[in-house]
Parts: sequence; structure tokens; C-alpha cells
Amino acid sequence: MADPMRIRANVTGDTTEVRVLMSHEMETGQRKDAAGKVIPAWHIQNVTAAHNGKTVLTAQWGPAVSKNPFLSFKFKGGAKGDKIQFAWVDNRGDKRTDEALIA
Amino acid sequence: MDMQRREVLRKSSGVSLLTLLAAAGWLAPGEALAQAAWNKAAFDTKSMDETIKALGGSGPAQSKDITFVQTPDIAENGAVVPIGVASAIPKTEAIAILVEKNPNMLVAIFEIPAGTEPAISTRMKMGQSSNVYALVKADGKFYVATKEIKITLGGCGG
Repeated sequence: MADPMRIRANVTGDTTEVRVLMSHEMETGQRKDAAGKVIPAWHIQNVTAAHNGKTVLTAQWGPAVSKNPFLSFKFKGGAKGDKIQFAWVDNRGDKRTDEALIA
Repeated sequence: MDMQRREVLRKSSGVSLLTLLAAAGWLAPGEALAQAAWNKAAFDTKSMDETIKALGGSGPAQSKDITFVQTPDIAENGAVVPIGVASAIPKTEAIAILVEKNPNMLVAIFEIPAGTEPAISTRMKMGQSSNVYALVKADGKFYVATKEIKITLGGCGG
């Protein structure tokens, strides 16, 4: 489904900063196409981020999150080489999971 | 889907076919969609009070301990408005972002487990210049801070 998420995670001291850029249309359901028909809403609904299997963030998104969503947050802990994993599910039931290592 | 299928196979002795199908999500496509529930009621509301009620709370208190971080006063493009919220309120469990004049107010809810900093940055769509509310749920209570963001070009495609 679409392009892989771009995940960047860096640890400074005892805090890991995570940034992710996801690839998704995030269609609001407000727009109409050239024929005047409403383009149905299509957006990520749930996001989960995990560090070495432990959830560090969950989110519920509506269609107002921008197209190709960007997200950034920090958590305590994490060491270089640890795994960061993101998973999302959208309102059509499509899903995607990507992972990266903390740099 | 994979995890559910594995669990179903593990438990499959002595369980009826219907239960198996339900567990695998084939009978109830709604359930199979989200690992965590998606709070549809909260995303359909048109006012802050309704949203908070849908999130299980009431009457947020204004708080100076919620700050907008790297959030512009004026955004060129309403389709991509950077928004950052940081909460200094102890035991912050969740941060939600609401845009007053969007067709539906609630943009996103972030649930913050222990060990994660109660600060989030993302980008959102705003249909027009509007107040933006950062709602924080901490220790079961709700707090809010407000910021006005002006938009030069609206973000809902209209």
C-alpha cells in the first residue's frame, strides 16, 4: 500500500526523538470530483508506534490530518540500534507497518 | 489480521464456526478494521463540548501549562498547517487537537503512555482562519488552551 513510511529516530541522552512521514491521501470526504460527485473520505484512523515491541504512542486520526501525514514525538529510553515500529489502519481497512532502527 | 488469525488457529479446538468467523473478523468487518477502537462519535461532533463528552469528560479548564510549539500565527496553506502541542500538566494521558471552524472539530487524539513525553507535532488541515484548541486529558480531567491561526488559503479543497 503506497510508499513506505520514512521513519527517523535519534537518541540524545536518555530521550529518543522520533519523526515519521507517512504516505496517504487523507481524503476528507469534503471534495467533489470533476463530475460533481463527492470523493469519499479515505484516511488513516489509527496509528501505533512501538519501541522494541512496547507501545510508545497511539493515535486516532480524522480526515483533517494533512495528506502524507507527518508526526513527531519523544519518549524516554531507547538506545542506538533499537527497533521503532509504526503501524496504521485506515477507514477502508488497509494497513501498513514499517520499522526503522534508532540511530 | 495476522495476529487474529494466529489466535483463532490456536484456539480453534471446540469452538463453533460462527465464533471462529467472528473472531477472524469475517462476520464483522467493522471490528476487523482497527486494533484500537476509532472513536467515531468524537470525530463527528461539531462543538468542543460534544467532543469532550464523546471522549468521556466534561468542562475543560483553561490551562497555561499547555503550549503550542512551532505553530504559526498565520499559515499560508490551510492544507498543511504545522501544529505542535506540549503539556506540562502531570499525568497527561492524551492530547487532542480541535479546529473550531472545520466541518468536524476533532483533528486527532494522541494517547500518551507513561515514558513518552506529552508533546506532539503534526500537520493538519484548516478550512479557514479559526481558533485551534489543544485539549489535554490528565488524571481523568480535561484542560484546554486556545490559539488563533489565520489561513491565507483554505485547506479542505473548496
